[in-house]
Amino acid sequence: MTEHDSLPPDRRDADSLPPDERDAGAPPDADAGGSGDDVPDAGTTGEGTPSASPGGSMSGAPAEAGPAADPGTSSEGATAEGTPLLSVEHLRMLFPIKAGLLVDRQVGQVHAVDDVSFALYEGETLGIVGESGCGKTTLIRVLVRLLDATSGAIRFRGRDITRSGRRELAPIRREMQMVFQDPQASLNPRKRVGQILATPLRLRGVPREQVARESRELLQRVGMAGDVLNRFPHEFSGGQRQRIGIARALAVDPRLILLDEPVSALDVSIQAQVINLLDELQDEFRLSYVFVAHDLSVVRHVSDRIVVMYLGKLMEVSPAEQLYSKPIHPYTQALLGAIPIPDPRVNRSRQRAVISGEPPNPINPPSGCRFHTRCPHATEVCRTIEPPLTEYAGGHLAACHHPQNVTAGEVAAATRSDQSPLSAGAEGPSLIAAGDGRETSATAPVQR
Amino acid sequence: MSATEPPLLEISDLRVAFATEDGTVQAVDGVSFTVSRGEVVAIVGESGSGKSVTAMTLMGLPRGSNATFQGTATFDGTELVGASDEQLRRIRGAGIAMVFQDPMSSLDPVYRIGDQIVEQIRAHERKISKAQALDRAVTLMERVGIPRAAERLRSYPHEFSGGMRQRVMIAMALSCSPKLLIADEPTTALDVTIQAQILEELRKLRDETDAGVILVTHDLGVVADIADRVIVMYAGRVVEQGVLDDIFYDPQHPYTWGLLGSITRIDSDRSQRLPAIPGMPPSLLSPPKGCHFRPRCPHAFEKCVEVPPLEGHVANRPESLDRCWLTEDRKRALRQVDGQVGLRSTEPVIS
Ligand SMILES: Nc1ncnc2c1ncn2[C@@H]1O[C@H](COP(=O)(O)OP(=O)(O)OP(=O)(O)O)[C@@H](O)[C@H]1O
Ligand SMILES: Nc1ncnc2c1ncn2[C@@H]1O[C@H](COP(=O)(O)OP(=O)(O)O)[C@@H](O)[C@H]1O
Ligand code: SF4
Ligand code: SF4
Ligand SMILES: [Mg+2]
Ligand SMILES: [Mg+2]
Repeated sequence: MTEHDSLPPDRRDADSLPPDERDAGAPPDADAGGSGDDVPDAGTTGEGTPSASPGGSMSGAPAEAGPAADPGTSSEGATAEGTPLLSVEHLRMLFPIKAGLLVDRQVGQVHAVDDVSFALYEGETLGIVGESGCGKTTLIRVLVRLLDATSGAIRFRGRDITRSGRRELAPIRREMQMVFQDPQASLNPRKRVGQILATPLRLRGVPREQVARESRELLQRVGMAGDVLNRFPHEFSGGQRQRIGIARALAVDPRLILLDEPVSALDVSIQAQVINLLDELQDEFRLSYVFVAHDLSVVRHVSDRIVVMYLGKLMEVSPAEQLYSKPIHPYTQALLGAIPIPDPRVNRSRQRAVISGEPPNPINPPSGCRFHTRCPHATEVCRTIEPPLTEYAGGHLAACHHPQNVTAGEVAAATRSDQSPLSAGAEGPSLIAAGDGRETSATAPVQR
Repeated sequence: MSATEPPLLEISDLRVAFATEDGTVQAVDGVSFTVSRGEVVAIVGESGSGKSVTAMTLMGLPRGSNATFQGTATFDGTELVGASDEQLRRIRGAGIAMVFQDPMSSLDPVYRIGDQIVEQIRAHERKISKAQALDRAVTLMERVGIPRAAERLRSYPHEFSGGMRQRVMIAMALSCSPKLLIADEPTTALDVTIQAQILEELRKLRDETDAGVILVTHDLGVVADIADRVIVMYAGRVVEQGVLDDIFYDPQHPYTWGLLGSITRIDSDRSQRLPAIPGMPPSLLSPPKGCHFRPRCPHAFEKCVEVPPLEGHVANRPESLDRCWLTEDRKRALRQVDGQVGLRSTEPVIS
């Protein structure tokens, strides 16, 4: 068995890291490996931290974590009922845009994640949806600390990990794992499956002689034959590679897995297999998931709650079913309306809220409500004042001056959420006055 | 589908094989279908089922010199399989246009968008002046919904979003007034909001020019939204074809049942488990004997080791064809799973 041969840091990780990604705020030490969807083995396991002490990254990490006052484990015991597993407060990730020949001048910022707050509870699946470029991947990468937030706070079991160093993060990295969008790119093509799984298993402290047996068990748990340890990733189909990625995440026995579009690259029939697998694993290991997708029909199947993002901001946060039966935000309505229903008669008979244009440039996001340039309900207040996140009954939040599918009574009973962006206005929502003909008739509610 | 007019495109028993180091890959294994003017024919199937090779063959763009072709594909009276380069060039200019999944790969990154459209126009209309061609380019871009088209002629492809690039591709396809447009996963890389806009452009194209459209996709939502007829492919073969509503409401082939059963929908009950088709598509190097779906089919029986022909089995519906040995009655009984069309699963079979 060659599992332990994977000790030397993986060169490809470091080599393929685009230089600008280094500048973009990746922590200088541990995290050079984690540069996104296109980088192999950027997992938060030892494999993803190649620039850490060569030859010692995996066996070294747990050992180091021991003497280091071990804040990770102590806070674990302190977790009270109701303390979220993961919480995010006013989190921002702005990427500087540089120009200039000799001296870099900052000429602007990409507002990738711009004052986002939410919480994830133990055993829960939080879906995150939005159009491409809205900041989903960036958000996940900030959460697993592959990127350093510009401002705001990330708490894991109540403990602030926003600026924690490598040493403090080590125990948390074992609890929090990531699965990447592209199963092809996230597995190192030059490592055998056995090596890919050995690294995180050793990180968990599994003795060398038990690694092969545990690897086989993991593979069987994700629905693969255990005898593939000597094969390379390219010898598998997309769905199987995604299973290997999931097995790698499971290897450290995590509590939370952040999944970035885990099924987008897969065929429908295989998507269903992987979604079912994630479902079973959640029950079996009491896992929590953050599940990123651009596809509203996929997140519906897996999520307890869903967050809708647009240009770096939260538009709506809702219990999963309610988001579909009662979308409050016009952007959510637009997303739902754009999805063709795979049922010709239903598809023909429904009225669809249409939306034109494309998302504006995140370097210069629109003033006020970021959706106002495409929103059929926009009024003057939308162009000038950013709407706060308003909490409606049942923990349903929406950031809109003119909410849809709610009654005047519901609006009156709603409150301003403390998750509202700091720059949001004081203004509460108001239903558009009747007689505002053009604007109300422009979209009919999605019929169901 | 008038009986008087011959179809625009008639494909009969098309076979495409690729010689590889490991053996022969039979990528397309007996595909037959027709496309008429003004209709959208969707080809659906999983990745690797041969959708793109079928589409590329019609454009005379086989991927590699290791390909061999059999069968016929007649477009407007001209045979495409085995046509000379010169014949194909003429057809590409004046009859068939194609739009790909990744528009970036078909746009030249170092030329301005406007110049690329103008070049395309002038390639087919040698007499037109540069200024006239530019005017035409602006009209075409406006027609496919590119705002401020005159300004944007000067943009380079990378300055456009994926959706805008796809609009440019459609504008270029329109420039030769095609009778047949082949769109291979034109919206797969796009967000749903942009997808809805692009599908609208395709519908407009069909309605305004009476062009036939072949739409390759793996998304049954897109199919339901735009197709008139549907071809379902599996492992190189057409396993079922028919009119849109028949495919969705009276599907004949177990693979189609599985596809319909496994899709996530925004409007259905959120079931605990998503019905999945067990297993994986076979290797086309050594496909299973007989019915290609046999290893994944819970209804397989002895007869299935023989290749089922693509035939009509439904009374009074000659346009519905399928490749399955089950009788019509058996099919109707077997495809109901929990009150819906689906593929009965024994146990979650995964591998
Ligand atoms: N030049 C080639 N040499 C060998 N095999 C090939 C070649 N081109 C395609 N194939 C094989 O032919 C089969 C069908 O390919 P094709 O790309 O048409 O599938 P598809 O259904 O369009 O898939 P996708 O949705 O992934 O594009 C695949 O197994 C593919 O690997
Ligand atoms: N390293 C970077 N430098 C500058 N801009 C970036 C960087 N990474 C991401 N962005 C930008 O941030 C925004 C959000 O990106 P991303 O999170 O990848 O979107 P999504 O995953 O939702 O498609 C996009 O506009 C993207 O171009
Ligand atoms: S705040 Fe105004 S612009 Fe924004 S979504 Fe609501 S109605 Fe539309
Ligand atoms: S021919 Fe046999 S194996 Fe193939 S789909 Fe029909 S029943 Fe299943
Ligand atoms: Mg992404
Ligand atoms: Mg294809």
